[in-house]
This record gives sequence, C-alpha cells and structure tokens, in this order.
Amino acid sequence: MNNTLVLPLLIPLCTAVLLVFLKGRIMAQRWVSGLSGLLNAGVAALILYQVKTEGIQTLYMSGWVPPYGITFVADMMAALLVLTTSVIGWFCLIFSFRSIGEERESHYYYPLFQFLLVGVSGSFLTGDIFNLFVCFEVMLISSYALIVLGGTKLQLRESIKYMLINILSSALFVAAVAYLYGVTGALNMADLSVRVAEAGQGGVLNVIAILFMIVFALKAGLFLFFWLPGSYGAPPTAITAIFAALLTKVGLYALVRVFTLIFYHDHAVTHGWIGWMAGATMALGAFGALAYKDIPRILNYNIIISVGFIAFGLASANKDALDGAVFYLLHDMIAKALLFILGGMVISAAGTNKLSEMGGLIRRHPVLGWMFFATALAIAGIPPLSGFAGKLLIVRGGFEAEQYVLAALAVASSFIVLYSLIRMFMAAFWGEERTKASASVEDTGETSSTHASGGYRLRLLSGAGLLVLVIAMGIGAEWVLGFVTEAGETLTQPAIYIDAVLKE
Amino acid sequence: MELYMSLAIGVLFTVGVYLVLSKSLLRIILGTSFLTHGVHLLLLTMSRLKTGAAPLLGEKADAYVDPLPQALILTSIVISFGVTSFFFVLAYKAYQKLGTDDMEQLRGSDDE
Repeated sequence: MNNTLVLPLLIPLCTAVLLVFLKGRIMAQRWVSGLSGLLNAGVAALILYQVKTEGIQTLYMSGWVPPYGITFVADMMAALLVLTTSVIGWFCLIFSFRSIGEERESHYYYPLFQFLLVGVSGSFLTGDIFNLFVCFEVMLISSYALIVLGGTKLQLRESIKYMLINILSSALFVAAVAYLYGVTGALNMADLSVRVAEAGQGGVLNVIAILFMIVFALKAGLFLFFWLPGSYGAPPTAITAIFAALLTKVGLYALVRVFTLIFYHDHAVTHGWIGWMAGATMALGAFGALAYKDIPRILNYNIIISVGFIAFGLASANKDALDGAVFYLLHDMIAKALLFILGGMVISAAGTNKLSEMGGLIRRHPVLGWMFFATALAIAGIPPLSGFAGKLLIVRGGFEAEQYVLAALAVASSFIVLYSLIRMFMAAFWGEERTKASASVEDTGETSSTHASGGYRLRLLSGAGLLVLVIAMGIGAEWVLGFVTEAGETLTQPAIYIDAVLKE
Repeated sequence: MELYMSLAIGVLFTVGVYLVLSKSLLRIILGTSFLTHGVHLLLLTMSRLKTGAAPLLGEKADAYVDPLPQALILTSIVISFGVTSFFFVLAYKAYQKLGTDDMEQLRGSDDE
C-alpha cells in the first residue's frame, strides 16, 4: 500500500478543476498549470525512487484487496512512463504558453491538457482492465476536445474521423472486456493472468487476445494507422507534440502490458501476428515518410515507423528485446515531442509547411537548425544519442529470436527515418533563403513569426530542455539501463507482478 | 436465453456496422449508437443470464444476479453518452462550417 501512487492522477485532476474556474485569467492559468506540472514531475520521480528501492508499489483503492477493488500498480515500466509523461507534459505546456494563442487559452485549453495527463497517467498506473478502458476514455475525450479546439475547417473535418475511429475501437474494447469477463470472471490484470494461465490459453482465449490486439493496435497506430496521418496534421503544434509523444504510446504500453502479463502463453499466434503487423507498420510508415513533401506528414509517418519498431521488440519477447522496447519507448516519447516542437517552429519560421517552398533558414535560425539536426540523428539512432541503445537492444533481441526479416526491416527503416529527416533538414535550412515569413499557415492555426523574439526564445528553450534530456539519455544510457532492465525483468517474468499485486 | 440475446446483439452489430459505412454523418452517428447498444447488451449477456433477485441485499433472496457487469455497463453508458453528445455537436458545427454532411466530400487534401 502506497498512497503516493494516486497523486499522478490527482494532481492534474485537481489542477484541471481549478483551472476551469480561472477561465478568463490566462496568466493565472499558466502559473497554476506550470507549477502543478513541476509538482507532478516531482511526485513521479518520488514514485520511481520508491519502485527502485522497494520494488513494485501497489495501492488498493479503499483498502479492498484484489481481486475485488481497483488496484493501482507501479512497476518499473509504469513508473518510468509516468515520469516521462509528466516531464514531457511540462515542456509541452511551456511551449504552448507562447504558441497556442490567447483565443484557445481562454477556451479551456489548459484544463483539457491536464485532463489528458490524467488519462495517460491513469492508463499507465492502473491494474484493472476496465479501469484501463475508463482511463483511455478520459484521455480520448480530452484529445477529441483538444484536436477540434479552435474549430478551423481542417480540424473539424479531421476530428470527425478521429472520433469515429476511436468510438469504434472503444466499443471493441468493451466487447473484448465482456468476452474476457465471460470466460474468466475477472477484471484485475494480475488475477486475469492467473486465471488465463489456469484455463490454458487456446481456442476462445486466443480469439479474445486477438481482439485486444486489434483494439490496442487501433489506438497505437500499429498497422491500423490509417487514421493517424490526417488527424495529427490538424491541430496546432503544441497539441500535436503532446499527442505524438503520449497517445500512441499509451496504446503501445497497453499492448506490452496485456501481451506480457495476460496473454503470453501462445507466442506463435499472438506474437506472430504482432510481428507481422510491426513489419508492415515499419514498411508502410517508411513509404509514407518518403512519399510526402510537407512537414506534418513526414513527422506523422515517423511516429508510425517508431510504433512498428517498438512492437517488433514486443514480438521478439525475450529479455533483450523487451528491455530495448522500454528504452526505445522512453526515448521515443521525448524525441517525438521534441521533433514535433522543432517541426512546428520550422513551419512558423518558414511560413509554410511545404518543403519545396522553404530554404536557407539556417542563416536566421542557426540554433533551431542544429537542434533539429541533432534530433534527427537521435531519432535515427546515431550512437552518442538516445535512440541508439534502444535500437541496438531491440535488433539484438530480434536476432536472438531469429526474426531476421523483421530485424532487417527495422535497420532499413532507421536509414529511411534518417533520410526523411535529413532531407527535411536540408530542404528547410540549406540553400537559398526565401523570405516568405509573412504568410502564415492558416489551416493549422499556426501563429507565425510575427511573435516577439521573447516568445521565440521560450519556445526554443522548451525544445532545448527536451534535447538536453535526449542527449543525457544517450550519454547516460548505462544509468538509464539500470532502470530499464528492471522493467524488462517484470515484463519477462509476470510472476513478479502477480506476486506483488496478489500478495496478502 | 443467451442464444437469443447473442442473435439480437449480432443484429445490432450488423446494423451498426452497415450504418457506420454509409455516407451521411448522421447515419454514422446512429450506427455508433447501435454498436454501443450491442456492446452493452453483450456485457450483460456474457455474465450469464441466470435468474436471481436484483442485486439489492434488502431482497433477502437465495441467489442474486451478477452485480459487476451492471456497474460496468452503467459506466460505459455514461461515457458513450458523453462521447455521443460531443459527436452530435461536432457534426452540427461541421455542418455549419463545411456545409455538408456527406463523408465523401469531407475527404479532401490539405491543399484547398
């Protein structure tokens, strides 16, 4: 029992409620949400410290012991993800101070942002499959509101599709929970794991596993990502950055959790399918990243490639691959938030999102340019930076599991990621300078470079903070690995998790 | 009894999927409502439709029906109610601003 576990939920929740009453006062809203973000990161770090020193932390709501009540469980993976979420949330918040615009700020932007964090942290911490559904919905409903906030034509059009696809996948999620409850009679994940192991996973339980796989693949953009490139192109940068960093990763986390804790008995079926989907995701994402010549699309397809990459780690399902998947997941959350922030700044600096219409930005924005370059290298996985260790572990795990085709695809997709980002860097920053800065990109609601330089500096600083994290995570990979291997241990040996939750 | 419920749920799913695949936005929203109805009935059915008293301790019955799925359904109903009302308003705003409810015309590219 550890009551701190509920704080990553409670802090943003109370902040959001408070912010609703501060509607007109934008400065107050900024201060309150900024400070609560810091507090939240502090609490998340405390939880990580507790998990590191005392093992898996559990919280039984109202003292009901599992399987009866709702359980909150922080194993190493959840604690790491909650910390990453709160840190990224804070940086994206700082970024949005100077980029989101007063119109959106006074229409409940900050409360919705906090509700999104509630849903994401809740999904990471919960130990109950139906509570996971509820946390998903908290996250998704705030994301519906954030994606349409501002109400431009593009946003309205894309949010209809985004909502529809998520309503369908939520309905499937409830159906999957219903089937699973019908077969096992349990909802607590640890209890479910025990009962699935007793019943023997075959026949109907495999079908349910595949249904869960479809649900989470829809949320994570794993193979079923057709909704993602359009939807993530619609809202302004600050919102896309937090979406790119968190939303698909929650789906991935749910995949990893469900297929390492509950349905891990029949690898040939479930993990085989995940492997194929991961391969297809990497290949199709690579095609998309090569095909488009506008920044939002290229970045969106980069999300898809990395989703495939992490799912490949899950498909190999040995210690190395799962370590790598956790490491890469952490890296990718930070790096994608950074990439989208920088991409948004490039768009607002150039006044267009088409690569063919920009160039020569390096003269006016040297810092932005080199930060973008470093980020591109980090995401491709160049050794001193953070993407390397995770990719190395995943590919090594893939070879151990004799998934040679997938490993080759993974390595090839890294080259394509590098190519697509460097092509973007060269097109935007090199060559002749074009002064098109006055035009703004209306549809994305991007406020262009009419901003004061102070705003530019603050936005750049929030990017720089994330870049420091990316570099530190690369250089201190050995230190991060200490945490990550512990997370991988729990994933490879579900008994550790089950014992921690079901102990009396 | 479970068989008949399953058949009814199957019909609801079929109708829901058919409506979601249609062109008009309102029909799509109706389709999602059918789907959620189906899903809620599925939750109820999957916990076995044994006869028993309503889950109230005051009934002092020998056997009660399973209270858990009822709580799950109640949660799911309010969530889907919230989402559906948001969806309706979104459709209304989209109709006002885009001037169409035909999904075919909502495709478009970024270049318009």
